[in-house]
Amino acid sequence: MTQAGVALTVLALSGCAPDSVTLEDLEAAAAKVDLGDLDAEQLLQESSTKLDLEKTDLKFGFIKLTDCAPLVIAKEKGYFADEGLNVEIEAQSNWKVLLDRVIDGQLDGAHMLAGQPIGATIGFGTKADIITAYSLDYNGNGITVSNEIWAKMQENDPKLAVDQPEHPITADSLKPIVEEYKQAGKDFQMGMVFPVSTHNYEIRYWLASSGIHPGMYTAQDITGVQDADVLLSVTPPPQMPATLEAGTILGYCVGEPWNQQAVVKEIGVPVTTNYDIWKNNPEKVFGVTQQWDQQHPNTHVAVVKALMRAGKWLDAVDEDGVFLNRQEACEILSRKDYVGADADVIDNSMTGTFVFQKTDVRPMPDFNVFFKHNATFPHYSDCVWFLTQMRRWGQITESKPAQWYDEMAKKIYRPDIYRQAADLLISEGKLDPNEIPAPDYDGYRAASTDFIDGKSYDGKDPLGYLASFEIGHKE
Amino acid sequence: MNWRGNALRFCNVAGLPVLEPFVRLAAGEDPKEQMAGIAKFILLPIVTVGIFLGLWSLAAKTIVTGSAKLPGPAATWNAGVELFEMHQTQKAADAAMRQEKLNQAVVAMAKARLMDEAAAKSSGEEAEKYLASATAFRQEAVRAANFVPSSAPTFVDQILTSLKTVFFGFAIATLIAVPLGVLCGMSPWFNAAMNPFIQVFKPVSPLAWLPLAGLVIIWAYSGSTAGETFFEKAFLISAVTVSLCSLWPTLVNTTLGVASVDKDYMNVAKVLKLSWSQQLFKIILPASLPLMFAGLRISLGVGWMVLIAADMLAQNPGLGKFVWDEFQNGSSQTYARIAFSVIIIGVIGLVLDRIMICLRNMVSFGNPSPA
Repeated sequence: MTQAGVALTVLALSGCAPDSVTLEDLEAAAAKVDLGDLDAEQLLQESSTKLDLEKTDLKFGFIKLTDCAPLVIAKEKGYFADEGLNVEIEAQSNWKVLLDRVIDGQLDGAHMLAGQPIGATIGFGTKADIITAYSLDYNGNGITVSNEIWAKMQENDPKLAVDQPEHPITADSLKPIVEEYKQAGKDFQMGMVFPVSTHNYEIRYWLASSGIHPGMYTAQDITGVQDADVLLSVTPPPQMPATLEAGTILGYCVGEPWNQQAVVKEIGVPVTTNYDIWKNNPEKVFGVTQQWDQQHPNTHVAVVKALMRAGKWLDAVDEDGVFLNRQEACEILSRKDYVGADADVIDNSMTGTFVFQKTDVRPMPDFNVFFKHNATFPHYSDCVWFLTQMRRWGQITESKPAQWYDEMAKKIYRPDIYRQAADLLISEGKLDPNEIPAPDYDGYRAASTDFIDGKSYDGKDPLGYLASFEIGHKE
Repeated sequence: MNWRGNALRFCNVAGLPVLEPFVRLAAGEDPKEQMAGIAKFILLPIVTVGIFLGLWSLAAKTIVTGSAKLPGPAATWNAGVELFEMHQTQKAADAAMRQEKLNQAVVAMAKARLMDEAAAKSSGEEAEKYLASATAFRQEAVRAANFVPSSAPTFVDQILTSLKTVFFGFAIATLIAVPLGVLCGMSPWFNAAMNPFIQVFKPVSPLAWLPLAGLVIIWAYSGSTAGETFFEKAFLISAVTVSLCSLWPTLVNTTLGVASVDKDYMNVAKVLKLSWSQQLFKIILPASLPLMFAGLRISLGVGWMVLIAADMLAQNPGLGKFVWDEFQNGSSQTYARIAFSVIIIGVIGLVLDRIMICLRNMVSFGNPSPA
């Protein structure tokens, strides 16, 4: 098409404010546009592949954490716009507000804790049918303790008192400290971000694997502190460092950049990441209500398409395995309307390293996984893992048959929508079929022992997995 | 023309006694006395503000914790300048985006025409396909032409949102409180009936009302989706919370004003055999206006304070959300931006108060009081 023609006509239009442009104005301007050698048949082809979108102005919520990156990148790199979507991304003050606003329709969808659609569907906390067709990332969390607790852990285990202690660090050296607190009649408080958050299950997993009881949820008491050695309380992610500094909590499990913030500001020491607790564990998902999905099926597919391209962009590497786009992503995320923390704090973990202490900077290329290892696919087995932990800690109050876990997973996780989006991207040449699981994949990741306690998890045998734990419900 | 008298009256009514010495000086009154006035109302405040800034700078050097430091006046000022620059940049980018969308709309329209022409040349199923595609391109064009930029609200946007919300909430509060107050003032029986509610609800904090207001609004809006409704839910929740907290001073003062209308006036009304509505509009309301406005002034002040807190808690758009988001950002700019917001919030509160004083002075009889 001739650019000159377009520029000229728009000049004529730009005299009036956009609000007052009428259909006649458009027609008149269009009459002067010379589309050049554009072929009608070619155009027909183009328009027939476009999704018929039910809604194009969308508002998504997010929490100020680096793993909201796929949403931000899909907007900033124009992937949403490519799909014809005009998306606003709005920071929410905490996970509860975010979930409520998705349920009551103020938000079309949101960056959610993987446990949130599951918790909502089974009715722990707020009850609502939330589904997910896209997993935003793997890993990305850490457990940080205060300087004082770290010093005591080093006393208990001299092997930790070096510049670069051996990893993974278990909670073994924390156990005597917790017992000391208990004997003195003092509460040992730690923070996590939400009752159904990955962080809650991860810090519980880490503590329990060293024999520290993190407390049970019961039908009567949903604070989760029954029989607890360590009291876990909910603190919104960005407030973690300040709460640690104020001494209200002695440690926390949170996503980035709030562990690196503790290192930079010298108020705490990250002892482990969730990559050590379970390699490539699911973290955040993109959640919408089931009703929203039913009303806007094509829009949903378009959103997932844009997110897939964003995930792929975030994980792009050169031949040497160096991230191509992460630095740019950090700059974008550091804007005040997104994560807002300083770019040099964000890039500590986002560019493939993780700073445990100033003396202990380790390469961790998989600290944030946004696309590779099939991280974006909604694996049923990931959903089942959350369900096992909800049962283990009593958030699911009754024991359930193995079949129930499978049924729930199939209700909440929606690879069918993911596949539709992926097929469209493949047909547009924007995705390689090898980059997503094969069509005959049943949604269950292979059994794995990549856990800090060395236990084997097979999503097809949730009851066997539950029975293998020493602390928590066993069936 | 008595410009001096008019100017002095303006100073009084507008609640700007600060300007008075200048007017009198210009009118050639005793310079010595006026210089004393200027020294008292202008120079002295400048000195105290200077001392405050000095202490603030000093505090900024000392108050440093592991994670942050108190921003000094210069850092705060710079943060403010940067916020306004960001607003300019954002608006320019939005305008460019709209222009680009307009271009796209025109191109899509041209494509639609091309498809129409192609449809005219072909027939049967093929023609239908072309026509459908033309419709799709037209829809795309309309969508692009109606494009509203989805960029996050800037600091200036948040100020405007907050002002809109507080005035809306204040208007609702006034519409409820004034009639109720008049009724309470006119009828001791009605007053007795309302008394328990006034006594119990008056001291309730906004943060306690907020979840309940939210529940009611969400219930009222259930079944409608965002964008369909005239008001945003979040806007209404904030506004209703503001109303619930700010209606009490107006209500109580109106009651007092109406109840304390001079008995002589009422006796005159009886002698003249004025109807009930005549009594109300000719005597009771005019006589109680000054007290009513005193109440409105307090109400608006309370509403502004409540709004900021409600924004923070409920994540409703506005200055409160801006402050909270900045607090959550934890960047090196965070505290400077918060400090700047605090000053802006204070200045806006001051301006709102002055507006109400001005309104009150305009309806007051006799000598308006300066503050």
